[in-house]
Amino acid sequence: MSEAAPTGLSVPVYLDYSATTPVDDRVAQKMMDCLTLQGNFGNPASRSHVFGWNAEGAVEQARKDVADLLGADPREVVWTSGATESNNLAIKGAAHFNAKKGKHIITMKTEHKAVLDTCRQLEREGFEVTYLDPLENGLLDFDAFNAAIREDTTIVSIMHVNNEIGVIQDIEAIGKITREKKILLHVDAAQSPGKVEIDVDRMQVDLMSLCAHKVYGPKGVGALYVRRKPRVRLEAQIHGGGHERGMRSGTLPTHQLVGMGEAFRIAREEMAAENERLVKLRNRLWDGVKDMEEIYVNGDMEQRIPGNMNISFNFVEGESLIMSLKDVAVSSGSACTSASLEPSYVLRALGRSDELAHSSIRFTMGRFTTEEEVDFTINLIRDAVGKLRDLSPLWDMHKDGIDLASVEWAHH
Amino acid sequence: MAYSDKVLDHYENPRNVGVLDKDDPNVGTGMVGAPACGDVMRLQIKVDDDGVVVDAKFKTYGCGSAIASSSLVTEMVKGKTIAEVEQIKNMDIVEELALPPVKIHCSVLAEDAIAAAIADIKAKQAEQGAAAEAG
Repeated sequence: MSEAAPTGLSVPVYLDYSATTPVDDRVAQKMMDCLTLQGNFGNPASRSHVFGWNAEGAVEQARKDVADLLGADPREVVWTSGATESNNLAIKGAAHFNAKKGKHIITMKTEHKAVLDTCRQLEREGFEVTYLDPLENGLLDFDAFNAAIREDTTIVSIMHVNNEIGVIQDIEAIGKITREKKILLHVDAAQSPGKVEIDVDRMQVDLMSLCAHKVYGPKGVGALYVRRKPRVRLEAQIHGGGHERGMRSGTLPTHQLVGMGEAFRIAREEMAAENERLVKLRNRLWDGVKDMEEIYVNGDMEQRIPGNMNISFNFVEGESLIMSLKDVAVSSGSACTSASLEPSYVLRALGRSDELAHSSIRFTMGRFTTEEEVDFTINLIRDAVGKLRDLSPLWDMHKDGIDLASVEWAHH
Repeated sequence: MAYSDKVLDHYENPRNVGVLDKDDPNVGTGMVGAPACGDVMRLQIKVDDDGVVVDAKFKTYGCGSAIASSSLVTEMVKGKTIAEVEQIKNMDIVEELALPPVKIHCSVLAEDAIAAAIADIKAKQAEQGAAAEAG
């Protein structure tokens, strides 16, 4: 069933940029300059010689590059190992520090596991967490949000861009509410740098988690933005030499940080042009498949990052579709591949039926995606869905006018 | 996850895809699974007057291993008597397709589909027998 790839196209085509991105050549070059004896290899914490001073200089430039993308002061950027650590430090650190004020946290069911699991841990420690359902389009339900706020609410944690469906939450509107109520606002922004504008002051964000590897930087490095005015205080989660003003000890990995800084610098400079290109590619993909029967876009189409398309192909199971699309690297909203056999919890939270949640595919495009790759993908999708529907008893039943919801299934 | 060559072969070239007349008294239809669980199998077998399976068809909504399991089953049942078909166990499918542990449920579903199809035939035959006696 696999189409012959057009000459010049290398397969598999990578359409999983929300999982991770390749490191940009410009970033890799800068990183390589910070490793060897001839390079800038010193320990940024060494105060007694030029190796340390040079490394510190490079790290501080990187800190400024990250801060510039956020509209923040470099002193508000704390280096971490990635967004998961940043989420842990932000939520646990702020929850613990503010435990005397209150022990209630508000978040959403569509958050990344790094937020949800951190909240679960806090629940085991005696905190209370409200997990809000999103609206059908994936966006925050402000009525439910306002209703959930309590006297003892200390932290609200809402992600900026959803990793599965690409929807963009209105952080500015949330920040207005949390600031007025003197509640800390933490934003998991792992997916947003270079895709949607960030301004921590306009958005009134107090804490923001970031990582490099979704923005053409290296894996294993991230940052947490921690507001200075009004000052946000955290309990450290990793103790040691007192690096990062005591908030996160551990020797700074110069090459990783330089990579993140360069990646964020490029993201800031090229965001507008890149988004324009990605919107066209995204629309090209959708235009190429939208006439197919029984397909549904998951998540709001307007408040959405340019490179994300999450589509449910009804009556086709996601894992088999991915198998058919073997020349395209995509991911399934269904977590079947991780052996849990549970459909995507994000799509379930949107109110999608199990069938539709099982039938979803996330296509995410990025800096190196081409029109040819998108066209190739469109052809593959059409063939694969056609073939799998010919194999699908559910498709037969649908064609016979049977409402699947009315059937009594033998659940196993 | 890497699929075995046999799973890939059945997935890419599924055998005996299709539909038999479910109202034919010699056709047994078994539909098992649920969309909510991510797989639904419909297996149909047709027997001759001696109770030997002469044809089998399937359609499956599910992962590649579920599709391969049901495709394999249609091959396994052909030429066997009902009594022989009843002896097919899910582990036969697991071994033949080299299914990993997380995919064993696909083989269980296929075994269930066989049992459901046979039950359907037996029910139809019992009904016919009753009708004949009454007539």
